[in-house]
Amino acid sequence: MQIYLPIAEVSVNAFLLLGLGGLVGLLSGMFGVGGGFLMTPLLIFIGIPPAVAVATEANQIVASSFSGVLAHLKRRTVDLKMGVVLLIGGLIGAFLGIQLFNYLKSLGQVDLLIKLSYVTFLSIVGGLMFVESLRAIMKNKAGAVPTRRKHTWLHNLPGKMKFRVSGLYISVIPPILVGVAVGVLAAIMGVGGGFIMVPAMIYLIGMPTKVVVGTSLFQIIFVTAFTTIMHATTNFTVDVGLAVLLLVGGVIGAQIGARIGTRLKAEQLRILLSLMVLGVCLKLGLELLIEPGELFSIGAGGH
Amino acid sequence: MGKIMGKIFAFLTLLVALPAGAQEDVVAGLSQNRVSINATFVGSEILIFGAVKRDAPAPDTGDLNVIVVVEGPSQEITVRQKEKRYGIWINTEAVTVEAAPSFYAVATTGPMEEVLSEDEDLRYHITIPREIRLAAGEEDLAEFAQAVIRIRENSGLYSKQIGGVKLSQDTLFHTSIDLPSNLTEGDYRARIYLTRDGRVVSDYETAISVRKVGLERWIYTLAHEQPLIYALMALIIAIAAGWGASAFFRVVLRKS
Repeated sequence: MQIYLPIAEVSVNAFLLLGLGGLVGLLSGMFGVGGGFLMTPLLIFIGIPPAVAVATEANQIVASSFSGVLAHLKRRTVDLKMGVVLLIGGLIGAFLGIQLFNYLKSLGQVDLLIKLSYVTFLSIVGGLMFVESLRAIMKNKAGAVPTRRKHTWLHNLPGKMKFRVSGLYISVIPPILVGVAVGVLAAIMGVGGGFIMVPAMIYLIGMPTKVVVGTSLFQIIFVTAFTTIMHATTNFTVDVGLAVLLLVGGVIGAQIGARIGTRLKAEQLRILLSLMVLGVCLKLGLELLIEPGELFSIGAGGH
Repeated sequence: MGKIMGKIFAFLTLLVALPAGAQEDVVAGLSQNRVSINATFVGSEILIFGAVKRDAPAPDTGDLNVIVVVEGPSQEITVRQKEKRYGIWINTEAVTVEAAPSFYAVATTGPMEEVLSEDEDLRYHITIPREIRLAAGEEDLAEFAQAVIRIRENSGLYSKQIGGVKLSQDTLFHTSIDLPSNLTEGDYRARIYLTRDGRVVSDYETAISVRKVGLERWIYTLAHEQPLIYALMALIIAIAAGWGASAFFRVVLRKS
């Protein structure tokens, strides 16, 4: 069944969108990742304009993270104070990211920006994940438990603050910088940024693992909501119809994925995910490297 | 008084009747004057039909041909060219095309050079290249104009149907024009030209209104005119859909 998307202004098969949502939902259920970094490139592959894919994906992430954060709040595994500090950084970053996005859009380079960002991050994340899980399989044991670092000079910068839930007394500068970085990524790539934020919270800030996921979800919701609003008001690129179709598919997929995930070994799962990430990265990369069949493209308005 | 009126009337009739005797007029109709883009829009087909009206027997000089043109609203667009820089293909040059129709379909009864002379094409703007206007000072960048035609032909927005118009007994004609799903909204023009020996002898013009309707219309208008309200609504709808669906499937999966 073809459905006409009013903002993207293309006609797409509704079942294809439900299926894509389902597939990415399945993966996020299995691996416990957000899935934005897979969904945006997949949307681009099926012909959604990259700017619409990024903005709509931000909208979808708000919704898919919402029930997650509620569960974490109930379990009291959200460091609200740390979340707010990360959020302040995130909002600054998202604002800067949107400015960069719109500036490059006016130059006609926004597709390149999106694709290059994806190629860079997917190759790093996919590569690291692949090497790490391969090593874990060879050693035939679970990945090493991350050890919390001692205080470094980073934590002793000015502006110290007490974070009771995390049991930290550190400067607010590192979490704000982490927030800024994640905010920029959210605006440019349409991702929650959990794949950057979670390791940064553990290794850089030194937060206890049990509050990391809840706190990052808390930050992600507000940053992606802000990104959605910024994209909708400056670029008019948020397609609510597309977001809802992806969400419904995603929710079904996530429920099934969570069940499958418990039956598979963690290293096997991770190697599977890393191969998928590298595959998407390779396809995007080849699009940049191989001479395109059509060298010209049409954009709206004058320049 | 009555006598003068009668004379004037007779004179006028003569004036009208004289050219009419030598002339052939085209009259035409469309299967639809409105195209509605709704949620399930997958494109449309417009049937254009008509007849040649004559007050006298058809002249036997030259072949009679019919050209049908359907044209979408013109827009200003930017055409960008990719070049290899630093090992990757990126947009380098950009050229503004002041006006390019968003949709353009030409259908004829025969090969273009037989049905229409160059002069008449220039005068009536019939073939596609006549309708693409580059910005002042950039007229020499014809390859960009050609790229517009090529890209839009590939996406079904521009089309040429040589022999697409069926003319029977030099009187009745019909053709159908395909409208793809990626149509731009606006007032479309349908033009029909009757040519003899490559010269236009009569033309007819009518309008087709292409509009988003219903939910599509509402979402599009809200997103462009009240973007902040639209953004908040999009967030609320998405959260409600995500939450609702997960609650629903949790119940369904638990039962099974």
